Amino acid sequence: MRRLAKTVVLTVWLLITLFPLYWIVVTSLKPKAEIFSVPLRYWPANVTFEHYEELFSFADFDVYLLNSLMVSLVSAAIVTVIGVLGGYVLARFSFAGRGAVMMAFLVTQMIPLFIALGPLYLMMSDLDLLNRLAGLMLVYVAMLVPFATIIMRGFYERIPVALEEAAQVDGASRLVAMVRVVIPVMLPGIAATFIFGFVQVWNELFLAITFIDSEDAKTIPVAMNSFITQYDIDWGQMAAATVVSVVPTLVLFAAIRRYIVEGLTAGAVKG
Amino acid sequence: MTRPAFTPRRAGFIALCLLPGVVFVMLFTYYPMVRGAVIAFQRYNLFDLTSTPFVGLENFRAVLAEDRFWTALRNTGTWVGASLFFQFVLGFGLALILRRNFRGRGLYQAWVFFPWAMSGFLIGLLWRWMFNGQFGVINDLLLKTGIIEEPIGFLASPGWAMTSVIVANVWYGVTFFAIMILAALQGVPRELYEAAGVDGASRLRQFWHVTLPHIRPMLALIVLLRVIWILNFPDLIYSMTGGGPAGSTDIVTTFLIQQVIGGDYGKAGAVGLLVLALLLAFSIFYLNVTRSDETTR
Repeated sequence: MRRLAKTVVLTVWLLITLFPLYWIVVTSLKPKAEIFSVPLRYWPANVTFEHYEELFSFADFDVYLLNSLMVSLVSAAIVTVIGVLGGYVLARFSFAGRGAVMMAFLVTQMIPLFIALGPLYLMMSDLDLLNRLAGLMLVYVAMLVPFATIIMRGFYERIPVALEEAAQVDGASRLVAMVRVVIPVMLPGIAATFIFGFVQVWNELFLAITFIDSEDAKTIPVAMNSFITQYDIDWGQMAAATVVSVVPTLVLFAAIRRYIVEGLTAGAVKG
Repeated sequence: MTRPAFTPRRAGFIALCLLPGVVFVMLFTYYPMVRGAVIAFQRYNLFDLTSTPFVGLENFRAVLAEDRFWTALRNTGTWVGASLFFQFVLGFGLALILRRNFRGRGLYQAWVFFPWAMSGFLIGLLWRWMFNGQFGVINDLLLKTGIIEEPIGFLASPGWAMTSVIVANVWYGVTFFAIMILAALQGVPRELYEAAGVDGASRLRQFWHVTLPHIRPMLALIVLLRVIWILNFPDLIYSMTGGGPAGSTDIVTTFLIQQVIGGDYGKAGAVGLLVLALLLAFSIFYLNVTRSDETTR
């Protein structure tokens, strides 16, 4: 009886969780006439890919997709390198200012960064980086550095120092020891940090709409934002865009779920 | 960790590794934040940058004189309070069920984790479509089950809009709570239960006297982090209702973003500082309350 009740609850919650995703996929596959007709059909009578085709033929989604990919890959790569280096030093060295750096990083995770939005626009304007992917990347790297560094530090702390010392005894310098011995052990953590950064950038909206309004520099969220500011939302197209933009993150997130959970809970447990 | 003697080599290595990150954060996070705080005391409109004089508290007065700000503030309370309450209760329930291992638990967790791969913006869109007054699936389901007779314009009516965005946010946040609380539950030492079991304590009593006290500090922290996070989360509301209709789903952070989009950086800065002050005051108050709880127990 208990077990049955549990199973029912779990099933219901799973359905509630997955239904919105199901519904957006179904919507994206319906012809326009079917999307806007009552009674609703829970599976399209005529499956169509016209919204996806439109997305790429009329809406230039290939350009946005490429921009998003570019910004996400580059920002995540830079952030990962910074996190690998910074996290190492924070985990393994004791020096004046270490606490201050940790604090400075942690604080950025707590306060509303929106207060920086206007001034960032002014900065980008002064640096002539508006409507440029490079400008977005700079800000995204800054946005992600604290989390990446803190989480990498946590990963290092779980590796025994003896491992590095052994390598150093063999005559390797600190940096060589780090590259040869520590990094390979850390690879899953590094991959997780990279993917997390990628997804954050891929999904980012407010900075992007503040800095970007030219067609050739739009990322996917910026493009989708201009879909909703129109008076009438084309829900078929919107649904297709949602599916296209969510699939990569879904796959990536599934791959590193365990690390995200660890990262989230480590932060809270240690406090 | 002992602190070894200063050597140029060692200091050089530390600087080499740490500086890139610190420089990025200083330049593109702290500098603009400080500038934003300064701008709060200036007349600073993007569309008239010829003069940006310091005007003291003018922006703050302007913000506090606006009805929309006070509405947003009240809405923020509802938004944070209701989202948090339902996320917490449902998340706790889910965590308790997931606590015992069963076949397929890992897979189940992977599936219910999926909203986390989505941005708040996309989640807002998803639910905006589902709550659509004419062709929305939620209306359809409610009509089919006979719960309502006429479709409801959820996002078009000020009375329903807040409920709708909260439903979306609860959907999004339950898993997070479940996972955090599950982690806390798994941290309770097994021996405590064994001792309690020997004493013949019922499951409910075990929960009340063993589990809850043990995980309370962590629960308190999770809740605080969530309050901060939900407050700083305008994305979902932005794409679902844009703060409307008639400001009925405006919260302080969507209000702030509207000021930025409108180009009034002075006012935006003032709102930002007010939000920050509010958050700080709340955190201090909250930490004091939860801590004194601890000592009197």
